[in-house]
Amino acid sequence: MPIIVDHLNCIYEAGTAMEVVALSDINLVIPDGQFVGLIGHTGSGKSSLVQHLNGLIKATSGTVYFNGEDIYDEDFDLKKLRSKVGLVFQYPEHQLFEVDVFSDVCYGPKNLGLDKKEVELRAYKALKMVGMDDDYFYQSPFDLSGGQKRRVAIAGVLAMEPDVLILDEPTAGLDPKGRDEILGLIKKLQAETGMTIVLVSHSMEDVANYVDRIIVMNGGQVMLDGLPKDVFSHYKELEEVGLAAPAVTYIMQQMKENGFNVSADATTIAEAKDEILRALAEK
Amino acid sequence: MIRDITFGQYYQTDSVLHRLDPRVKLVGTIIYIISLFLYREAAPFLLALIFLAATIKISHVPFKYMVRGLKAVVILLLITAAFNMFLTQGEPLVTVWKLTITEEGLVSAIFIAVRLIFLIIGSSLMTLTTTPNQLTDGLEKLLSPLKVIKVPIHEISMMMSIALRFIPILLEETDKIMKAQMARGADFDSGNMIKKIKGMVPLLVPLFVSAFRRANDLAMAMEARCYQGGEGRTKMKPLKYHKADVLAYVILIAYLAGVIALGKLF
Repeated sequence: MPIIVDHLNCIYEAGTAMEVVALSDINLVIPDGQFVGLIGHTGSGKSSLVQHLNGLIKATSGTVYFNGEDIYDEDFDLKKLRSKVGLVFQYPEHQLFEVDVFSDVCYGPKNLGLDKKEVELRAYKALKMVGMDDDYFYQSPFDLSGGQKRRVAIAGVLAMEPDVLILDEPTAGLDPKGRDEILGLIKKLQAETGMTIVLVSHSMEDVANYVDRIIVMNGGQVMLDGLPKDVFSHYKELEEVGLAAPAVTYIMQQMKENGFNVSADATTIAEAKDEILRALAEK
Repeated sequence: MIRDITFGQYYQTDSVLHRLDPRVKLVGTIIYIISLFLYREAAPFLLALIFLAATIKISHVPFKYMVRGLKAVVILLLITAAFNMFLTQGEPLVTVWKLTITEEGLVSAIFIAVRLIFLIIGSSLMTLTTTPNQLTDGLEKLLSPLKVIKVPIHEISMMMSIALRFIPILLEETDKIMKAQMARGADFDSGNMIKKIKGMVPLLVPLFVSAFRRANDLAMAMEARCYQGGEGRTKMKPLKYHKADVLAYVILIAYLAGVIALGKLF
């Protein structure tokens, strides 16, 4: 179920001194099963954009099509859209409220009006998907560690069995181990279920290893959109807007400039290793 | 959605009113409110209207922005005016079914409505042109004589400024949690009363948790900077009266004298 964003504009507090143009003329197509990285500096509009995708914010002009239907149509079921396009907010653990982990994860599917058996089955599956042990199911979510809380919160969205999963800065505030766990979990989810994933982040390093496509936002507009290696080849422009390509890109560029016969396309450490070994073998 | 509540929120711009000492504005607001309740004649109200219009003009706050905040109190205003109109004894004017509008009622309804509107705009003008911090600073300084009788003025004003500072933060937090729960299929608008109240739990629990977390963090940060209450505490920018402030006091006294004179004359 592809998402099409058509000439989307969003202005906050229009007509006052505090007017802010959050998004201007965004056009995007997100096809099924793609793993998209949405990157931008703080205030670039990435969070605003993802909140349009499940209809939480109404655009000032332009529209979003989900599965060929205009989500701003009068008779469009926004509640159903939100179950199909799951959005995990920044610091999702702040939304936990139930007495135990299991009932918190049940909240989403329960809102969909499913029967009790189906609700519990979905909650169980979601908790297993994020790798929570049965021992934790009946603990208070407030007693868990930061990384565990976040996984429970992600499970809370997964339990609605969305086709598209959007995660807004899922690694914010986690230590390197927690970060790798969450990113690994997302990659595993994508491989196993084939769902479309949009990963919002400000760190190239985070997304470079995982995504098929990178969209770079700046000042409410799409600045770059393409394969990771194509986007990273614009590393000078990225620096100008306060972003940076992964360290690997810099190393490969440097080597190339110094006359080493490598292509600067590598975006991950593994690719860079292969490329350097190949170049060395040539010599 | 929730961000639309603008009533009395500080409006950032530069004007004579913005630069006045907060104490002048506090005293001025009190004088203005008193002036509205002194007489029930048209002439003093006319003067109050001129005074209000002039201050709005020099405040550089768009009138439209001010009125937008008024919408919330319109219902209260209508109810108050209606009660006055129908329930005051006197010469009957019109009778609709069992309700009688009297001449006295109509007059008092108009006065009540005008008073309330003037009062709300006048006092919101103060908060629109004064930051919460200035406001509490001014209040602390004004009330400092009460320290003699052991009233903890500094603590009260500190609590007030923290509370005021947290309003926008908590509003934003509410907005965020609401959206997060809506993304999980929550519906805050439909259903009957009981269902709506029950639906608030997923909003209120995280909100309380986060408020406590923030309070804890703030207390920790204050202690880390050796905060220990008002004793011996100095200010980086102590409040000082300038020429404009003295002039403002003179204008205020002249205004009050004018209202009293007009009220006595007519």
